[in-house]
Amino acid sequence: MTSSTSTHGPPGTARPLLTTHSLTKSFGGFTALGPVDLSVAEGTVHALVGPNGAGKTTLFHLLTGYLRPTTGRIALAGRDGTGRPPERIARLGVARSFQVTSLFATVSAVEHVELALMSGSSLGRAFWRSDRQLARHRSPALDLLDRVGLADWAGEPAGRLPYGRGRALELALALALDPRLLLLDEPTAGMGVEDVERTVELIARIRHGRTVVLVEHNMSVVASLADRVTVLQRGRLLAEGAYDEVRADERVVEAYLGTGHD
Amino acid sequence: MILRRLAGAGGLPLLVLALGFALALPWLLYPPVATDILCWALFAVALDLLIGYAGLLSFGHAAFWGSSAYATGLIAIHTGLPFPVAVLGGAVLAAVLALPIGFLAVRRTGIYFAMVTLAFAQLVYFTANQWKDVTGGENGLQAIPRKLPGLDLDDAFTFYYAALPLVLAALFAAWRTVRSPFGRVVTAVRDNPDRTRALGYSADRYRLAAFTGSAFLTGVAGGLYAINHRFASLQEVYWTTSGKAVVMVLLGGIGTLWGAVVGAAALVRLEDWLATAGFEQTQVVTGTVFIAVVLLVRRGLWGTAAALARRAMEKTSTPRAELVDDTSIPRKLRA
Repeated sequence: MTSSTSTHGPPGTARPLLTTHSLTKSFGGFTALGPVDLSVAEGTVHALVGPNGAGKTTLFHLLTGYLRPTTGRIALAGRDGTGRPPERIARLGVARSFQVTSLFATVSAVEHVELALMSGSSLGRAFWRSDRQLARHRSPALDLLDRVGLADWAGEPAGRLPYGRGRALELALALALDPRLLLLDEPTAGMGVEDVERTVELIARIRHGRTVVLVEHNMSVVASLADRVTVLQRGRLLAEGAYDEVRADERVVEAYLGTGHD
Repeated sequence: MILRRLAGAGGLPLLVLALGFALALPWLLYPPVATDILCWALFAVALDLLIGYAGLLSFGHAAFWGSSAYATGLIAIHTGLPFPVAVLGGAVLAAVLALPIGFLAVRRTGIYFAMVTLAFAQLVYFTANQWKDVTGGENGLQAIPRKLPGLDLDDAFTFYYAALPLVLAALFAAWRTVRSPFGRVVTAVRDNPDRTRALGYSADRYRLAAFTGSAFLTGVAGGLYAINHRFASLQEVYWTTSGKAVVMVLLGGIGTLWGAVVGAAALVRLEDWLATAGFEQTQVVTGTVFIAVVLLVRRGLWGTAAALARRAMEKTSTPRAELVDDTSIPRKLRA
């Protein structure tokens, strides 16, 4: 029995944490995605790549509950996640980051994390208590900020964080939910080289004990993080395998470069 | 500590001043008008809870004000219970009514939310108009008794002081809700619903809870208003009543609670002054004042005054130290 965190193995060696069965999404008469059968093994980092318009974002929205599938099913940790709203998906132990940094401009970094930590309890419903009750989450929140390198920015309103720090706060928010499955939507989009390196290191650190699905354009990020890579093209699965296998696949080369190569 | 937070930016003197003003009001004004100010101030604060903090502009809150006015009147007439019990009964009915309306309305935001709430309020209006056996139709509910053991509430002056604790308790509840863990989630839903949902909070449920809470407090205000006038009429469920409360909130400045109180007091006082001066077209004047305020001071009377005071304080004192010291979350400043 191989360890479930073993990398680069063939599919099926580890228990799948996330599977989709014949998942499709149509807008009007146009089929944007599918049918897609995807299986993400527990403990792996699984990258979704593909040219623009391949359906990565649509798939991401389906997995996180922001879109409802037209047909097909999604299973999360053995439970049916099809058509559940985002907050229910989150409560199944699935956290996501946003492609465009999506924070509350006037709220400080540490209060962001406190809000995320509070979602695990019923405190958020307490309208009769002081909001100072959130201080019970202060020290774990500061720990989380420290883990993503934001210890010095705890009191800063999110609107004043530099771009790369805002993305780090996005990750801290996702981590605050202590998810089994972490869905990252282009975590390095728009970053400079230095921030990309820092983010890759960070994801490499936080992946332990979790399963990560990563939508990413930057191939060097995919190469250094992903155990498995799924290539999408025009809404369908084109190829799947370890990074090196996929990169050598002629169909993939063709999809990215067009048919003009020899 | 709690007093300091209650007073907010203005500090303790402001709170003391406001309380002193509330206690002196029936000496300064005709007492029934003073009680009207209490009712409308609570109505406006309850609505500001929704507009300013949940980001939902309800144009149908007359449904809750009015249905509570009728229910309170009916309870008082048929049971003879003390007026606070009747008012709470009316408020509970308003909250119960808010559940199905809110359930359907919170799926939409912005202008659609306003239209859905208006449509339901009109439905309540037509029901009240048709259901003459209960509401009295055009005649309204008359001779609503004002009772509280040990006090003669026929005296409007005494009634003001009997109503004041109820209103202060409701205002405190509104303030507490805004500065609670629940309030944090509600403002997060207002600012970024998708992000808040990804953290595991149901945006619709939090909006519905805010809507229901707002309806309950509106119900307290409407019930008290019926007791004050000993009369509940179709006017209470008519759409102009919803509009008047919205005007009060905008006049004072949204998202401040204090502003709603100021807006309500200013509008009631203005209308009363115009009416006693024999001026018939009060709405022309109040409408003009409203347009002027919205165009010239967009944050409303209170919002603008608070911003000016803050700027003056930052100039005189050491601003950095104060900013760091303040651990409460930076309240949304509406531009």
